[in-house]
Amino acid sequence: MTLSRRNFFKLTGLGAAAAATPGAFAQNAAPGNAGALGYPVQAIARLDALVVNQPVDFAYPDAASACQLLRLGHAVPGGIGPQQDIVAYSILCPHMGCPTSYESSSRRYKCGCHFSVFDPEMGGQQVIGQATQDLPRVLLELAEDGSIRAVGMVGLVYGRQSNVQFQEVSA
Amino acid sequence: MSQFSDRIPLPPVDAQTTNLTCHFCIVGCGYKAYKWPRQQEGGPAAADNALGLDFTRPLPPLAACLSPAMVNSLRDKQGQDWHVMIVPDKDCVVNQGQASTRGGMMASLIANGQGVSASRLTSPMLHGGGNWRPAGWEEAIALYAGLTQRLLDAEGPDALLFNLFDHGGAGGGYENTWATGKLIFSGLGTSMVRIHNRPAYNSECHATRDMGINELNNSYEDAELADVLWSIGNNPYETQTNYFLVHWLPNLQGNTVAKKQARFPGETVGPGRIIFVDPRRTASIAVAEQAAGRDNVLHLAINPGTDTALFNGLLTYVVEQDWIDREFIAARTSGFEAAVQANRLSLEECSAITGVPVAQLQQAAEWSYRPKASGHRPRTMHAYEKGIIWGNDNYRIQSALVDLVLATGNVGGRRGAGVVRMGGHQEGYVRPPFPGGRPAPFVDEAVIAGQGRMLTAWACDAFRSTLNAQQYRAVVTKRAAIVREAIDQARGASTAELIDILFDAVTNKGGLFVTSIDLYPKPIGEIGHLMLPAAVPGEMNLTSMNGERRMRLSEKFMDPPGIAKPDCLIAAEMGKALHALYTQAGNAAMAARFAGFDWESEEDAFNDGFRQNESELVTYERLRALGNNGVQLPVQGLENGVLVGTEVLYTERFATEDGRARFQPAPWSGLLPIAQAQKDKYPFWVNNGRVNELWQTLYNDEHNPARMARWPATLVEIGTADAARLGIASGDLVELYNDYGSTQGMAHIEPGIREGQVFMMAMGRQGVMGDLATTAVDENVLPYYKGTWAAVRRLGDAAYSASVTGKSRHY
Repeated sequence: MTLSRRNFFKLTGLGAAAAATPGAFAQNAAPGNAGALGYPVQAIARLDALVVNQPVDFAYPDAASACQLLRLGHAVPGGIGPQQDIVAYSILCPHMGCPTSYESSSRRYKCGCHFSVFDPEMGGQQVIGQATQDLPRVLLELAEDGSIRAVGMVGLVYGRQSNVQFQEVSA
Repeated sequence: MSQFSDRIPLPPVDAQTTNLTCHFCIVGCGYKAYKWPRQQEGGPAAADNALGLDFTRPLPPLAACLSPAMVNSLRDKQGQDWHVMIVPDKDCVVNQGQASTRGGMMASLIANGQGVSASRLTSPMLHGGGNWRPAGWEEAIALYAGLTQRLLDAEGPDALLFNLFDHGGAGGGYENTWATGKLIFSGLGTSMVRIHNRPAYNSECHATRDMGINELNNSYEDAELADVLWSIGNNPYETQTNYFLVHWLPNLQGNTVAKKQARFPGETVGPGRIIFVDPRRTASIAVAEQAAGRDNVLHLAINPGTDTALFNGLLTYVVEQDWIDREFIAARTSGFEAAVQANRLSLEECSAITGVPVAQLQQAAEWSYRPKASGHRPRTMHAYEKGIIWGNDNYRIQSALVDLVLATGNVGGRRGAGVVRMGGHQEGYVRPPFPGGRPAPFVDEAVIAGQGRMLTAWACDAFRSTLNAQQYRAVVTKRAAIVREAIDQARGASTAELIDILFDAVTNKGGLFVTSIDLYPKPIGEIGHLMLPAAVPGEMNLTSMNGERRMRLSEKFMDPPGIAKPDCLIAAEMGKALHALYTQAGNAAMAARFAGFDWESEEDAFNDGFRQNESELVTYERLRALGNNGVQLPVQGLENGVLVGTEVLYTERFATEDGRARFQPAPWSGLLPIAQAQKDKYPFWVNNGRVNELWQTLYNDEHNPARMARWPATLVEIGTADAARLGIASGDLVELYNDYGSTQGMAHIEPGIREGQVFMMAMGRQGVMGDLATTAVDENVLPYYKGTWAAVRRLGDAAYSASVTGKSRHY
């Protein structure tokens, strides 16, 4: 499964392009290249366990990369699932790596270091702030057994040369 | 932009490394540009890459500011492929390793024929037969210089109009201001010149200069040392981001208390407080409240245009309370009593005019001017920008503010103080004297009135940056069309024949020949006849100074695209051509006016301009040695071969003949009448300014898909109640209109916006604030861009809400 997914992205270049979101900075990347790296496939949570507007912590693509999964209750750009309302992001601010926090009342990710703000309901688009990319997005898929899996990422996780360079470390 | 969104190449340790000051705002953050062969990459170990960062494990927070937007690639003119990475410099005292979202994207903009830069001008372009066609420099300059000479000889210099940059950074700097000034002022001698963002050739700071105080008189460190920071008509988080984040916030967060104790022994010190003067609740206020706590932030939400009354009320109050610096007033100023008399306004009157409660006025005065527990007067820094500069009678407001500052001794060498503009672009001005006097001619009105024969827009676009802009655009377009029609009839004409035809079209038919010298085709150029391609820092060597007068050399690391040239060398080509034409004509006197343009490089322009007029000691070599920290002007001398600068101005004398700063009477006199008439007629005050993610004029941004995805249309912030009443949702397209024009934008509901007010980005792609701006100006022809009132209506759902966040921009 992992291998076929990796080859699929490599051969078709559909990783980012097929799931393109309005996230602003993502549009500058050459289409398809986000999927060129070998991302692991990782089960995160079960669909039936998700509560709207309550983030679920997980790490992806390795143990050192903190991410959150969010069910938003209505269709959003890039959302998966029956309601197209499930998304996931790296929660490290792509400006300088401080952990962002999710403010459920306004449904925004906020970074307390330099006050950047991101919108999970709009592909992680930077609402205001100093980053030069949107919140890195975790590409998801819903398996037949009702589990939600991470299968790739769009955007560079803070503090890395490459998103997948630490997989062996984490394994 | 890196070709990958999820990984970046690292520069090898031997990558070519050069210094680059950010192209954009006045803060002038230092960056390093790395360039290395495309087939090479540095290794992840700290010793194996030029960044010295250890990528064998994830970096901790704040260790770096690095993203795919900071990497790009190019093929040079020899056919070699390179990687380029442009990252903020940790060793630069200005930004200390931080990038704003604007400067952080510089690598994405480099001229490689792709992405943003695919839109760059790469050769001169001439319009004829309904099309733009590329031309060589020889043909373009021959046409430009030939028509210029004909008009100069036939009608005199004022037939030649210029819209001209006067700033530093990209599209400016000492090399380019000097070269254009030498050509236009010394050579052509025209007074019909206006500056990039306003309709005449004037200073944004005539008043403070007349009082003996240049507007950039302190250091960024003073913001770390102040007891109180005033932010007046100024939104620093979005507009001077790293000055605010790196130097203001640490003070507000209490992180500079130890520094204050060391500097000011025996004096009561603590975390800084901040006072905002702004009719709008801004993103900066929200951030300051988060950083400093609400109790340490005061927002004086004045009624639009009432700043003069605010400062006069405070001056009157501090005099009554005797919180003034009598010793300083006696020793270093003149005119105090007359100003106090003229400006007298009780707190109650002040409150009635400004709309600020008396208690808030008193609190502001107590924080800022009442002696501290130790008996020392507070160190209060007053920073202002376009809320005053484009305010209701620039000259009067600035006088009233500086009166208050002088009375309380908060300028003149005192650390933690100063009365400073925050600035827009960097600065980099050295020119021969402007021949037009003061007040300068109202050039944009003259154009509308049919005056002038030839208009050159140099690194600016008045279509988006003037008042009464709709009419200005219409007239310029109409007059340019007359010339286009004449060119279209000139089938098969040689350059000499074309000059005859153009001369006839502009002198006999009411035409206007329009040239645009720029990086990209601009709206004002697109209706014209000739475009000349210019260069940016990195493609040329360029010097500028920032808001604390810190001068740096941005070093060239790549060529301009195609046959584009630095502006200073374009001016030199024009000067040389005119010199040759007048020499051929046997007119030695005129030929002499265009002598001295035999420059090979931008360094020659620097040596001719800055070194001959400002400081002989400053050389490229000495600046290069000082890297991204440069030297703060004015230069005092050399110490062991190193340039020594000046941290704070006026420690002993102010810039007047007697060395004393002058108080200037500035009584409150209401709104400028032309603006008042629109206020009486229309329901919404239209505030305007910049937006964090975009550089003011959008000159790169409008070609950048990443920026346009976030801001596909001009931002119009509107409050919740007004939006509900007008049936407007975030993402809707709205129209704003008044007696001067109409414009459009994308609505964004921001709960902090007061009823009866909207805020729009000043110079958008489709929406232009100037379309609504009246012809109200101060005594020096400074426009009251902020004095705009209009009606607002919903045009419809433009589908922006499907791709643009509508969430609050306030932290």
